[in-house]
Amino acid sequence: MRHGKYPLIITFLVPPLLLYGIFVLSPYLQAFQISTTDWLGYSPSANYVGLENFGTLLRDGALWNAVRNNLVLLVMLPIVTIGLGLFFATMLNMGGRRGVAGVVGVRGSSVYRLVYFFPQVLSVVIIALLWKEVYHPNNGLLNATLRGLGLGAPTWLGDPRTAFWAVVAVMVWSNVGFYVVLFGAAMQAIPRDIYEAVMLDGASRFTTLVKVTIPLLWDTVQVAWIYLAIAALDGFILIQQMTDGGPNHSSDVIGLRMYNTAFGSETKFGYASAIGVVMFFLTLSVAVMALRAARRDRIEYS
Amino acid sequence: MNRRDILRRTAAASLLAVPATGLLTGCALGGDDNSTGESAEGTKSEQNPLGVKEDAPLEVVIFNGGFGEDYAKAHEAMYTEKYPKATIKHSATQEINKTLQPRFVDGTPPDVVNNSGAGQIDFNGLVSQNAIADLSELLDAPSLDVPGKTVRDTLLPGVVDVGSYDGKFLVLNYAYTAYGIWYSTKLFTDKGWEYPKTWDDHIALCKKIKASGMAPWTYAGKHPRYMSWPVISTAVKFGGVDVAKAIDNLEPNAWKSDAMKAAADAWYQIVKDGYILPGTPGLDHVQSQTEWCRGKAAFISCGSWLESEQKKVTPAGFNMSVAPTPSLGTGDKLPFEAIRGTASEPFMVPSKAKNQAGGLEYFRTMLSMKGAQDFTRKVSSLSAVAGSTQGIELPFGLSTVVKALDASGNNGFNWVYNNFYRKLERELVDAACGEFFSGRTTPAEFLEQCQKGADQIAGDSSIKKYKRS
Repeated sequence: MRHGKYPLIITFLVPPLLLYGIFVLSPYLQAFQISTTDWLGYSPSANYVGLENFGTLLRDGALWNAVRNNLVLLVMLPIVTIGLGLFFATMLNMGGRRGVAGVVGVRGSSVYRLVYFFPQVLSVVIIALLWKEVYHPNNGLLNATLRGLGLGAPTWLGDPRTAFWAVVAVMVWSNVGFYVVLFGAAMQAIPRDIYEAVMLDGASRFTTLVKVTIPLLWDTVQVAWIYLAIAALDGFILIQQMTDGGPNHSSDVIGLRMYNTAFGSETKFGYASAIGVVMFFLTLSVAVMALRAARRDRIEYS
Repeated sequence: MNRRDILRRTAAASLLAVPATGLLTGCALGGDDNSTGESAEGTKSEQNPLGVKEDAPLEVVIFNGGFGEDYAKAHEAMYTEKYPKATIKHSATQEINKTLQPRFVDGTPPDVVNNSGAGQIDFNGLVSQNAIADLSELLDAPSLDVPGKTVRDTLLPGVVDVGSYDGKFLVLNYAYTAYGIWYSTKLFTDKGWEYPKTWDDHIALCKKIKASGMAPWTYAGKHPRYMSWPVISTAVKFGGVDVAKAIDNLEPNAWKSDAMKAAADAWYQIVKDGYILPGTPGLDHVQSQTEWCRGKAAFISCGSWLESEQKKVTPAGFNMSVAPTPSLGTGDKLPFEAIRGTASEPFMVPSKAKNQAGGLEYFRTMLSMKGAQDFTRKVSSLSAVAGSTQGIELPFGLSTVVKALDASGNNGFNWVYNNFYRKLERELVDAACGEFFSGRTTPAEFLEQCQKGADQIAGDSSIKKYKRS
């Protein structure tokens, strides 16, 4: 086996690296180049303008408004999604009362698992359409229920106070299922004897979760955190489909700003690339910080 | 390597695949401007005034939206009838921008582009980069089947204006649209209501409608710019066409003119008195139009595409009609009948097209009486060719559009700031309208916000400015 190692590695590694280089890395490098030009996107000519685009960007109120929304997302989305994901995964995997060691799921957990995972199989655009109807102020499911309960019926997507949060709720809804499955899989891998020992020591369920399960899941939570942070800096498709950044820019995000600057209401590709470059560094630093902050001693149990 | 390592590495790899940044640059900046794209040319003659090379292939890209693509296929068939040696490459897409952007950069755009829909390319960008061919030669060519007339003579008023940038005719808007207020004739007859001609009557009728348990108004809450159309129309009818010209030319305080103030004050009445269907700000255009078709609201502001857009949900006998905005008072500069009519559905020939003459000739085919009538029959829309509806049976709504345009005659008006500066209408005025019609701002604040948007465009040196006279 030894002697065939390098040809094998090269055959399997070179094509993907080549593709990655051409279709992922080179556009990035070009984005950096384009962000220093005033390219308008429909002719090959562009002038070098240095860092002017980045200067404009600093004074662009609409962009800062979008950045603020992304920062709110960055805080809210991972906390809520991971919190809910952990809760549901715990319930599905060790919430039941049957059995000796308290490590079975609640009754019907296989059905719940399916229900939670359901949003994952839908395309984001379909999710957006679905929820647009749910939020329909007059005929929507949500307001019909609220009216039935005798409560007020807000115009969810038409009010600057609620539009953004209504979309955030959908973001959480569509993400939670994946993390339930991810955390669930990690929980299955935790040896049962640990739980038996904890039970014998008389620990409550909550203590078991906080002191045993979560520490043992930490690596997985960390991965979830990074994924969600990246998702929080994007959020483009749902926002574009559901509110298009409105009303009055209240639900704008950086991705939508970039799209509208290049393809939507203007054709400033140079400036849009500058926004893209800023987004790149934002995402990169967030990911690095998340990795650093979440670093802990690893627990091995094999 | 255990499972955790794999997860960790996946996470690291995903860092590199950060969101959409790479998306923008899928097509890189090309090399130097290669001016080798010499257009195919034939010899000009009486039969062939534009000098089409008979066997030059023609490529047509159509926006596949409300009109579909069948009308274009019919036009292409008419073209090949005259030039049987020419092969036509036809394609249709909903994303004109994404499909064609790389080809513009590459210098190999198609010969005819129907630049329309939500994925339309911003015209300011195209014109400022000289990406569109001048069409004036087409205007002076003889019409294909109207004897003794040039193509220019066969066009409806305003078609040339709306496609001109700094006096150069670059964009052929092939359909003709009226923008007005829509209501159901059946509903109004049943209830004994009459469409109001003055603002006071309009408010009085709104009161009556509300008392009957129906909401007087609804609008496209997520695209509130639909409501900027009746507001500006009211202002133009009150203060004359200069009100619109000032806005188009980004003149200082154009949005805060006396006419605009009077119009905004008047329209504020329907907000203040609760004449708008509750929940409207949360509806998109299709949802609000559907509420209107279901009889939840009496009036809606839209263009003449409304009837075909709503075809599937309109109840039988609904008989929608378009009407001009009510007059503010007897002092109005334009009569009640004046309505905003404009050519729409833009077509262009890219300046780097291989077969420019063929592109122009294709437009001449479209603008022939035969081509125009076929279009109207197929898609139930008016075309830019005058008199081309004669002898065609029109659906109810469209026949009211024809009547309204006839009644309006020379008093018809239009504005073009939305073509010049797409961002101003699509983003800035849009946001201002949303705040205003949901009752969160006053008329003064509304105009202030619009003006701020216009000033922002005026002060942006990277946007080319155009003048309209």
